[in-house]
Amino acid sequence: MTKYINRRVLVIILTVLIAVVVASAFLASIFISDSDVEPDFSNTQLPPSLEHPFGTDWLGRDLFLRTLKGLSTSLTVGVIASVISAVAAILIGVASAVGSKFIDSVITWLIDLIMGVPHTVLIILISFACGRGLKGLLVGIAVTHWTSLARLIRGEVLQLRTQQYIAVSRRLGKSSGWILVNHLLPHLVPQFIVGLILLFPHAILHEASISFLGYGLPPEQPAIGIILAESTKYLSAGIWWPAVFPGLLLVVIVLLIDRLGENLRILIDPYSAHE
Amino acid sequence: MQLEAKNISFRYSPKQPWILKNFDFTVNSSEKVALVAPSGYGKSTLALLLSGYLRPVSGEILLDGQPLPDKNCICPVQLIYQHPEKAINPRWRLRKVLEESGQLNNDLIASLGIEPAWLDRFPRELSGGELQRFCVARALISEVKFLICDEISTMLDVITQAQIWNKILEQAEERDIGIIAVTHNMELAKRISTRIFDMTK
Repeated sequence: MTKYINRRVLVIILTVLIAVVVASAFLASIFISDSDVEPDFSNTQLPPSLEHPFGTDWLGRDLFLRTLKGLSTSLTVGVIASVISAVAAILIGVASAVGSKFIDSVITWLIDLIMGVPHTVLIILISFACGRGLKGLLVGIAVTHWTSLARLIRGEVLQLRTQQYIAVSRRLGKSSGWILVNHLLPHLVPQFIVGLILLFPHAILHEASISFLGYGLPPEQPAIGIILAESTKYLSAGIWWPAVFPGLLLVVIVLLIDRLGENLRILIDPYSAHE
Repeated sequence: MQLEAKNISFRYSPKQPWILKNFDFTVNSSEKVALVAPSGYGKSTLALLLSGYLRPVSGEILLDGQPLPDKNCICPVQLIYQHPEKAINPRWRLRKVLEESGQLNNDLIASLGIEPAWLDRFPRELSGGELQRFCVARALISEVKFLICDEISTMLDVITQAQIWNKILEQAEERDIGIIAVTHNMELAKRISTRIFDMTK
């Protein structure tokens, strides 16, 4: 198997798979209207069948459609939160590396502080302070997830700054802004893309877990975390399908994106593969 | 024009020994000076100090009696490093290296033996000697008054050395550029310089 599929092919396959999943989730959110996931009390808690591939839940709602809708919510949260975090990370990381000693020590201290507190606790607090819902979740995830990428970018810029070609550029009369845009940022693009992709599964998992705990999205919203939270009540009665299928789909998507990020990282920076 | 190191002292950190102590050195732009000394006598440090990459701990570097221009201004003293592969951004095509110093549309390029096809390549696709020509071309901006060559030809073959040095000397003659060449090669020093400065004395 590994003889025929090398890492580059694997990355392409993963990208295609993720594109398919993402596209279907977004299409689902467009084409599935709210009436399709209305309660239907004559068909409650049916096991998986051809008509209902994932079965129905305690209110008779089709779980397949509900999961797809939930997934599109998760993906939206994932995209927005990881883009905000990654952009914040690159801004803060660069500022820390090229700014004054004071700025650097404040940012390093802040990174240590945020990394020191468990993410889940911090997201719960922030999302509560922002009045729960989608906005609270987005802010919470974005605020807590920039730290590791920012630290990576800070180190990278600190190392780049000592390069001879940067010193030469200064003696040729180039301004710091010019050097930043032309010398530094192009070196950070691969780190940024990989960091962005690896932030994505984190964001989705946190969204699901916070919603599961009841601090995130409101219960009427179709979200994976909500479906899983509802399913726990009936698990002991032998009704396994509301927990298994949405959970499995979430894990599959998170793993797909995580594998893509890891493989891309190794492709871009072969030395890190030995770590 | 005159480049002068006036009573300079330098060490890399307060814990380390002095590399240069109360050192004086003067070059005229009509001169070609070869700096010779065994390893560890501070030749490269002096090169970095004279071109403004490092600041002396005490004393000053004067260009025609004025201190060297600071940041955001094109420095009339340009340094060419020993390792061209470190002095060129590995992610840039070589066209951009020349664009950076505004040397792209210059007759100099062809006369240094840079082929047009190289401009669209990345640095790792060229050899050290080929890259060093780009470093020389980049340093020979119109503002340059002094060119400091820190062992620029040490790892090149003899033909390439001759080619690069002939071009540098020709430009120096034509534009009244002072040359300070750091080298271990006494034959080369005798050949290119009008004065040999031995740092051990």
